[in-house]
Amino acid sequence: MGIDEELWEISLRSLRVTLTALLIASMIAIPLGTYLAVQRFRCRRFVISIINALMGLPPVVVGLVVYIVLSRSGPFGVLNLLFTPTAMIIAQIIIITPVIASIAHQSMRELWAEYHDLLISLNTSKWQRILTLIHDGRRNLLTAALAGFGRAIGEVGAIMIVGGNIDHVSRVLTTAIALETGKGDFVLAMGLGFVLIGISILVNLAIHTLTRTEREGRW
Amino acid sequence: MTAAFPLILSGVQVRRQGKTVLGPVDLTLCANGTTIIVGPNGSGKTTLLRVMHGIERIRAGDVVWENDDPAKHAFVFQTPIMLRRSVAENLAYPLMMLKTPKDQIDMAVDHWLERIGLESSRGTQATRLSGGERQKLAIARALIRKPDVLFLDEPSANLDGHATREIEELLHEVANAGTRLVMATHDMGQARRLANDVVFLLNGRVHEYGPAEPLFATPSTLELMAFLRGDIVS
Repeated sequence: MGIDEELWEISLRSLRVTLTALLIASMIAIPLGTYLAVQRFRCRRFVISIINALMGLPPVVVGLVVYIVLSRSGPFGVLNLLFTPTAMIIAQIIIITPVIASIAHQSMRELWAEYHDLLISLNTSKWQRILTLIHDGRRNLLTAALAGFGRAIGEVGAIMIVGGNIDHVSRVLTTAIALETGKGDFVLAMGLGFVLIGISILVNLAIHTLTRTEREGRW
Repeated sequence: MTAAFPLILSGVQVRRQGKTVLGPVDLTLCANGTTIIVGPNGSGKTTLLRVMHGIERIRAGDVVWENDDPAKHAFVFQTPIMLRRSVAENLAYPLMMLKTPKDQIDMAVDHWLERIGLESSRGTQATRLSGGERQKLAIARALIRKPDVLFLDEPSANLDGHATREIEELLHEVANAGTRLVMATHDMGQARRLANDVVFLLNGRVHEYGPAEPLFATPSTLELMAFLRGDIVS
């Protein structure tokens, strides 16, 4: 397999792992952040504090915990997920869910303050309020998701531990960069780094274009 | 005449941060006409409207409707709250929340866009409208569900004469069609033009309440007399 093919392979794997993790994490974090914005309950502040604190979760620790859970002697060892892209996705979901939830909560809280009286006066249900906020705050939520994407695409510590950086199986751009740097091939490592930056910019641009974020008169 | 009335408030009290901002209020609103709530700034007009609409937590007392159906109340806020959507989508929103069939929503939206003169702005983002257009849109959005009762909190505050006239015409039409209006205003001219009965609030309490004409012609308290003269009343 030539270097171009290998580059394609690990680039696509990076994208697949990160976008899958992003999708799943967003499906958890966006409703959670919005729910925390509209619903008052006991321990709400505590839950928000925990989510904010988890934004700074050390990836290596996440990797270690996921490794233990998925290892043969761990509770989910029977699933044989260790050293697979699925394990990497799980680690990334754990890392980026608090990031997306926290940013989503901040922006939804502001939107809720703006909409509160209207939605209450229209006698909307809790779910209608949450869906309205998600719909009308989608541009802000996109920013939250992109922050999660940025964190995930550049992640190396956790996925190195749970993925194992196995060639043709779990090697992604960041782990390849770490490998090439360790081998002293800085030119290749730099090249892979530029590819990583390029992919990150392209995905951001594509999402902004598709959702028409900066189009005049829209949000 | 609406089945929701009479509305009876007995001993209603609202406190915020340890301070009583309204009450105790005892008031009975009957089924007909337009009630205008007047009073100086901070007298509790907005709070009283919010209590009646059921969006303000009361500390004491009761608010009792003859037939209470929250879907039959609507509220127009002093500063119109526009959803981050187009004009047509803002109008459609209350009906969507009621799961009204789409063809009926489209018909109602077309009707109200024409009625408030915003057909050409159908696809415009609502937050880009002028103050008067926003307030007309807010009133139309409140009316699109055909409420029995419409609460309005100083709907023409900060608007020019032309926009105020348009809004008053719309309110006249709505009132004539049978919707019960309860409106707060500090514009005494507007109160005289629209009111059938008047509630004069002072320091969170109902100071006077009665039919508009005699109340304006022969106020029974010095405070209302001073307020009508334009003096500062506290």
